[in-house]
Amino acid sequence: MGKKMMRRIVSSFFSLVALVVMVFFLSRLTGDPAALFLPIDATQEMLDKFRELHGLNDPLVQQFGRYVWDVLQLDFGDSIRKARPAIDVVLESFTWTLQLALITIALVTALAITIGSVAAFRPGGLFDRFVSLVSLIGASAPDFWIAIVGIVVFSITLGWVPTSGTGTVWHWILPVAVLFIRPFGLILQVVRGSMLTAFGSAYVKTARAKGVGNRSIIFVHTLRNAMLPVITVIGDQAAAMLNGAVVVETIFGFPGVGKLMIDSILQRDFNVILAAIMVTALAIFVMNLLIDIAYTLLDPRLRT
Amino acid sequence: MAEHLLEVRNLSVQFHTAGGTVHAVRNISWHLDRGETLAILGESGSGKSVSASAIMNLIDMPPGEITSGEVIFAGRNLLAMPDDERRAINGKRIAMIFQDPLSHLNPVFTVGWQIIEVMRIHGIAPDAARARALDLLKRVGIPAPEAAMRKYPHQFSGGQRQRLMIAMALALKPDIVIADEPTTALDVTVQAEVLALLGELQKETGLGLLLITHDLGVVADIADRVVVMNAGEIVETGTPDEVYHNPQHPYTRKLISAAPGRGEMHEPNATGEPLLKVENLCKSYGSFKALKGVSFTLQPGETMAVVGESGSGKSTLARALLRLDEADSGHAYWKGRDLLKMPAKELYQLRRQMQMVFQDPTQSLNPRMTVYQLISEAWVIHPEILPKAQWRSRVEELLTQVGLSPAHAERYPHQFSGGQRQRIAIARALALRPELIVCDEAVSALDVSIQAQVIALLDKLRRELGIAFIFIAHDLPVVRDFADHVMVMQAGECVEVGTVRQIFENPQRDYTRRLLDAGLDPDPRVQAARRMPKIRAGREVG
Repeated sequence: MGKKMMRRIVSSFFSLVALVVMVFFLSRLTGDPAALFLPIDATQEMLDKFRELHGLNDPLVQQFGRYVWDVLQLDFGDSIRKARPAIDVVLESFTWTLQLALITIALVTALAITIGSVAAFRPGGLFDRFVSLVSLIGASAPDFWIAIVGIVVFSITLGWVPTSGTGTVWHWILPVAVLFIRPFGLILQVVRGSMLTAFGSAYVKTARAKGVGNRSIIFVHTLRNAMLPVITVIGDQAAAMLNGAVVVETIFGFPGVGKLMIDSILQRDFNVILAAIMVTALAIFVMNLLIDIAYTLLDPRLRT
Repeated sequence: MAEHLLEVRNLSVQFHTAGGTVHAVRNISWHLDRGETLAILGESGSGKSVSASAIMNLIDMPPGEITSGEVIFAGRNLLAMPDDERRAINGKRIAMIFQDPLSHLNPVFTVGWQIIEVMRIHGIAPDAARARALDLLKRVGIPAPEAAMRKYPHQFSGGQRQRLMIAMALALKPDIVIADEPTTALDVTVQAEVLALLGELQKETGLGLLLITHDLGVVADIADRVVVMNAGEIVETGTPDEVYHNPQHPYTRKLISAAPGRGEMHEPNATGEPLLKVENLCKSYGSFKALKGVSFTLQPGETMAVVGESGSGKSTLARALLRLDEADSGHAYWKGRDLLKMPAKELYQLRRQMQMVFQDPTQSLNPRMTVYQLISEAWVIHPEILPKAQWRSRVEELLTQVGLSPAHAERYPHQFSGGQRQRIAIARALALRPELIVCDEAVSALDVSIQAQVIALLDKLRRELGIAFIFIAHDLPVVRDFADHVMVMQAGECVEVGTVRQIFENPQRDYTRRLLDAGLDPDPRVQAARRMPKIRAGREVG
């Protein structure tokens, strides 16, 4: 177990390095930040001064060396646009995204597992057919469309919730709801399928022969067995959300890391792009680790 | 008339499937008394397990449907009771043990939890349940019961897992235990121990034991009465002795005559250049030594049976000889050339001459290929054997040779029964005109009567085509009828090798004797004579 974990950490570290190298040079291809940042009528002198200040006049390789050296000392540079340390800007946005992702994933997990399990208990029943329909629609509906319809119906027509921004609990409802729908539909289907297989297994027969009641058969005997494939999908969905839900964040003016990344790319704020990528990569790495741990907790056969 | 402990009256069960309605059992009646062991004997598809499922409320409805009958237990009809009342009986008054305990125990809970659970459901306090679980583990012979409580099913051996199932079934001192093929997945020596344990526990508690089995030997060993089923109907009922020595129904007679182990033993006498000479073959998987220096010689046209319990290295030997896995050291001379050192090109030629037939034809035949494609694929790989124009007629010839019809060529494997599928696998092996066929438990998964037919087929091929066999099996009576030589393996070593008569009539080693003694004879009289000393011996070993 420890050895496996070690190997995982080492390989993840190399992936991260490769990612940073790639993003560093690719982002430089997008053009000169000075041209975007300074007014159009800026003089050559001003441009030179700006470039000198941000070290953009040095050869690329030298810039890269300096960047790596700084990062090793936990200095991720400053944001050009905000004139603050890039890492502070990123962590601020990331906190928003993290909250959004955690709330959504917690809701998705709890509801998908409960509803999916009950639906699978009587496959082909009325409840099951209703659930399958809902999950199919949920899994295939495009989020930008749902977001816009949601704003039109619930904010503009009914006026129940604000259209965008943050501040109150009400601001969270629409973004969470829109972000919820697709993973919910997807995970619901995986739970249902996995539980269906588990209900057909031999140990369920044993449980029935022991006199175990239906509720315990669903939520004790089969659920834990059926969770392994479900956890994988939950992990995938959570990773996608930690990357920042770009569409949802943009539509709702939500100050998350996805929106920050898009803005920084458009503004050629290189240090922020790089810091955001490193932070989300680390978050995804930690989440994968948690999934591995969940696996071994759930299935004793993996503890070798 | 005294009331029976359990009585099934006129039970009929149907299953509605996509292919139409299947009558699983039709109008069957039987009863079980206190302290009695009743065996329901039948082959696959006979409906022998259906009445047990009906008793335990395990039939899924739909697709199942109970169309008539009642099950009377303690004066009440179980089939007319509400679900929660039946749950109160399941596990408490009627308990069940299944075949294949690994899949029937929940893999993610400790065995302690699973045994305690049955008592907790039926209202026993946690402390008392725990104490009782420990007692039960001791009683069924699980070593270190305290530690065993915290272990998971995969951490036990097959025999131990079945003992755990038995402990779980006995937790609440039920009136009836239903055992569905309880020893089918176990090695013979383990089977003998488990049957002995069931017998002892029955004597202690006076419970009624319903035993569902396909094995005449199991019936002969522990049943007081036997019900023989075929195609959903009861064909015969009586004591094992009556049924075995004076069967009334043609089906029973057929079943009994198909039981292997009473034919003439072969007397091999071939001399000269051996076909295959294996010397000191070794193979390890990591630190596990699967083969520790195995040697034997096989003459052309002769059959070497390799017997032993699971984990003895039988299949590893076959895989190493066919070079599906590479051996670590040793030699295997095929007509004088060491096949373990052959370069790829020569090996390709050799593969023609050595073919394999596997245990489970459902898995070893590609489900998306027709029989014609399956058999002719051999000639796609080895085109020098047969020009394409003759493929069709040769496939038809081969199908006829293995007892199928030429018209079967365009069908897919799932359209055949298990026995027919194994015939297809044999036809596929024959397509390359091999000199040696390795059969890895090739008849183990088949019903007795089908098994007898497939063995007869293999015997015919051996006589007509002079094919040599390496016949890997755990079923000693089949080996006794079919083999020329026998090699007994244990823990990767060859314990004893000799002619079939030497091994069966004059075994030299203790292990061979134990293996032979553990086997069950289908004749209740012979088995009764064997039983007492065997149980004593089993106790000393266990």
